[in-house]
Amino acid sequence: MDKITKTYGPQKAVDQLSFTVKTGEVLGFLGPNGAGKTTSMKAITCYLTPNEGDIFVGGVSVRDNPDEVKKHIGYLPENNPLYDDMPLIDYLKFAARLQGVSNDKLNQRIVEMVQICGLKNEKHKKIKELSKGYRQRVGLAQALIHDPEVLILDEPTSGLDPNQIVEIRDLIRTIGREKTVILSSHILAEVEATCDRILIINEGKIVADGTSEELRRNARGNEILRIGIEGAGGKSVYELLKRVPTVEIVKPMADNPKGFEIHSKKGEHSAKALFGLCVEQGWYLSQLTPVETKLEDVFRKVTIK
Amino acid sequence: MKQIGIVVIRELQSTFDSLMAYIMIVAFMGFSGFFTWLYGSDVFFIGQVSLQAFFSIAYWTLFFFIPALTMKLVAEEKKTGTLEMLLTKPVTDWQVLWGKFLATLLLIVVALALTLPYYITVANLGKADHGAILAGYLALILMSATYISIGIFTSSLTNNQIVAFLLALLIGIFFHIIFGLLAGNLSGIPGSTFQYLSLSTHFESMSRGVIDSKDLIYFGSVILLGMVGAEAILAKRNID
Repeated sequence: MDKITKTYGPQKAVDQLSFTVKTGEVLGFLGPNGAGKTTSMKAITCYLTPNEGDIFVGGVSVRDNPDEVKKHIGYLPENNPLYDDMPLIDYLKFAARLQGVSNDKLNQRIVEMVQICGLKNEKHKKIKELSKGYRQRVGLAQALIHDPEVLILDEPTSGLDPNQIVEIRDLIRTIGREKTVILSSHILAEVEATCDRILIINEGKIVADGTSEELRRNARGNEILRIGIEGAGGKSVYELLKRVPTVEIVKPMADNPKGFEIHSKKGEHSAKALFGLCVEQGWYLSQLTPVETKLEDVFRKVTIK
Repeated sequence: MKQIGIVVIRELQSTFDSLMAYIMIVAFMGFSGFFTWLYGSDVFFIGQVSLQAFFSIAYWTLFFFIPALTMKLVAEEKKTGTLEMLLTKPVTDWQVLWGKFLATLLLIVVALALTLPYYITVANLGKADHGAILAGYLALILMSATYISIGIFTSSLTNNQIVAFLLALLIGIFFHIIFGLLAGNLSGIPGSTFQYLSLSTHFESMSRGVIDSKDLIYFGSVILLGMVGAEAILAKRNID
């Protein structure tokens, strides 16, 4: 994807966005509502043509040869639109034919899709008779029917119950072993659980890019420890803790008079020094936990200004 | 071409699955049968071996039925979002629109084919002018095609089916009678322009058995105009 810009009237939905996805990678596309996730996906799938820039899928440009690009992409749009009055199998047949699956392979592909997506017990129903979870599976099945190299999923788990979310995620992970997957979501846990790499965009621009580990490390900066100290009077503990050389800030915890939050200086670790201090003073530790920066915090940090 | 065929098959499947097609055919047969054989200036009243009575009643029944068939074609897909899903498959806007057009036209052709017994009956009553009857059917098909393309155009303008239906009737009524009425009231160049624009002029001359290239060009260009309009509306998503 190369410097694409898409505007809706005066509003820029996507602004000079560029990124590359490697084959076999599962890329999570994160961003607040209206950040330009869906617009970017629509541009990759050739539904919208960008005002500026170009997108290459396997070296083929969406501007010059959209029909060729479309053959290599499977797309599950947001809200998963399906023809409600069609029987499931007819619908898959229709999708397969449009994607140019040859007639002799057609039935075999449909049987495979029904199996992979777990639609076996529902295969004789019409689409409108299916529950939301199964609809989502049909959406995935139609996206996968022609065995595309690239799979684009726009909020694949929205509106599902927790069990279905886990099932769909497992399905995506299984598929992701062989294919390049771009998945958008605003559920952070989901992206963390399924994706190799995370891209956070806001107002049409990339604000963070990396594995969930990398993003957390970058956002964290200084080490934060939460400690609980028993066997000492309140005030002197605070003073003594402040005197530990690696410690920058000490914050008493509001809900626990014996608890403190210790912010270390940049690049320093305080756990050892704190433990030493406790031994020296004859206190004992009731708690010593590093504070993990959650992806939520990273997300909030980069998308709120 | 293959892609258009796939779209046509799906459209036909969905119309025949949803009873839509059967209701339309039964209603069409009922209306036109009643007025052709039983009531008003029917075949026996005219006393001629022709299907003129049928053609003039079908002229009106199709006018009302076609917008009802076309109103959902694009509007519904826009509303439910299936259009987006469809257009991200290797198929162009143009192929989707022509697929829908042909599917609807085929349904009309089926309905018209079911009136074949009318033709057989009339032919047995006396010496029929086969050429004129054939031309009449051709005129009905071309007229239907024209209203289908207008219907597809209005359907692509909105996601509300009722709006699409009413707009199609509104545009249709101009071609159907208003241009003809204006032509009758005006003289000179405006009069002859409206005369040419009026669909009824071309329909009548054809249903009497005269196939003129002028009429064919007329139908062809209105059909093309409607379809190009619909395609432009769909392509608009990329402009603003």
